[in-house]
Amino acid sequence: MLKNRVIPCLLLRNGGLVKTLKFDNPKYVGDPLNAIRIFNDKLVDELIVLDITASKENKEPNYALIEQFAGECFMPLCYGGGIKTVEQANRIFALGVEKICLQTSALKDLKIVTQLAERFGNQSILVSVDIKKDWRSKLKLYESYTGKTSNQDWKEFLIKAVEAGAGEIVLNSVERDGTMKGMDLDLIKKVSDIISVPLIAVGGAGSLSDIRAAVDAGASAVSAGAFFVFHGPHRAVLITYPKYDELEKLFK
Amino acid sequence: MLTIIDYGMGNVGSIKNMLNKVGVTSKISSDIEEIKKSEKVILPGVGSFDTAIRRIDELGLRQIIVDLATIKKIPVLGICLGMQLLMEKSEEGTLNGLGLIKGESLHFKNRISPELKIPHMGWNIVHINNPTELTKDFSDEMRFYFVHSYFVKVANPENSMLKCHYGIDFDAAVNFDNIYGAQFHPEKSHQFGIKFFANFAKL
Repeated sequence: MLKNRVIPCLLLRNGGLVKTLKFDNPKYVGDPLNAIRIFNDKLVDELIVLDITASKENKEPNYALIEQFAGECFMPLCYGGGIKTVEQANRIFALGVEKICLQTSALKDLKIVTQLAERFGNQSILVSVDIKKDWRSKLKLYESYTGKTSNQDWKEFLIKAVEAGAGEIVLNSVERDGTMKGMDLDLIKKVSDIISVPLIAVGGAGSLSDIRAAVDAGASAVSAGAFFVFHGPHRAVLITYPKYDELEKLFK
Repeated sequence: MLTIIDYGMGNVGSIKNMLNKVGVTSKISSDIEEIKKSEKVILPGVGSFDTAIRRIDELGLRQIIVDLATIKKIPVLGICLGMQLLMEKSEEGTLNGLGLIKGESLHFKNRISPELKIPHMGWNIVHINNPTELTKDFSDEMRFYFVHSYFVKVANPENSMLKCHYGIDFDAAVNFDNIYGAQFHPEKSHQFGIKFFANFAKL
């Protein structure tokens, strides 16, 4: 049967690999191409690469870099960051990327999701949804390009994004990001219950059992950044990924 | 020359990339004369059935592919939607497929448990139903990356080369004579895909 995917999530900032903590304090980790080569050698299921400043700084995706990444990946690659138009998406797909991830442009107008899904197929279009708790612990939609929570209802946005044509949803918990203290299982379950497309949960994974828990809560796939990039209490940089039989055993 | 047919749909770059890794020279082309002269062809495909058929017909490729497969009898490999195009028809569309292998494509919807999400997306294990040159040296557990909402059902069981299970058993790879099809993406399946492409290249 289908194996739940475990997907390293790499964050790009000005061409360098970084890791954030609760969506803040990006710490330089290293050369992204090198990390991708290592993940490719480790036979990861899939890879997500997100440029976290492209939308904020209104920059074009770094096509040259993306092309290099695609050249090293013999598994599906998803790129997100600064994609606003069909032309940009077309250019990115032509470089050898399988999926693209949108947030900023989707939050502004879901029409772009529909245009992209119609042109390239739903399964190639992911919408990334970041959730943050407000001061009353109420779940709110978070806009990473402004750093503020949105007034749009997060449930409604999710449902509309899927209706608009999103083939997969990437769900991130702002509070858990980079903490490796466990994922927001309650949130994962809530979202899994309302969407019919695959759900990739990310944010807080710190162990294999965290990953299993996320799948049990309803995630189709689990993504992680810090867990695969840091090692030990001092967060030394070390690229790791579980062996296939470890993951096979995990999901039995 | 191994030609990867470029009709505007499908990750031709990724396929060429993996073939490079296998050590095989290939050419991406939509040029009829170039394609006619091929010794092997790969027909990729990502997107919808009718859109693909329309593109293929618009480019005048239908008869070329059929002749290469049935008259010149060179090895032909269809990947993902490319495999579905080799069949007679698909529930996804209304147009005729290339009809090179008897069978059709059906939607997973209402045929598998509603808990299973569609598309079938991710890594799954295949089982050899009918071994061929392409399954040579396959280890016990070969896994590949799948992403599809429609699955192929061959009319003749001996045309089912590899089977996979997602709610139901379906044909993960097909074969009739020199014509092959893979529902999965070998170009995105690590060393498993490399093995598959290496076997195809050796034909």
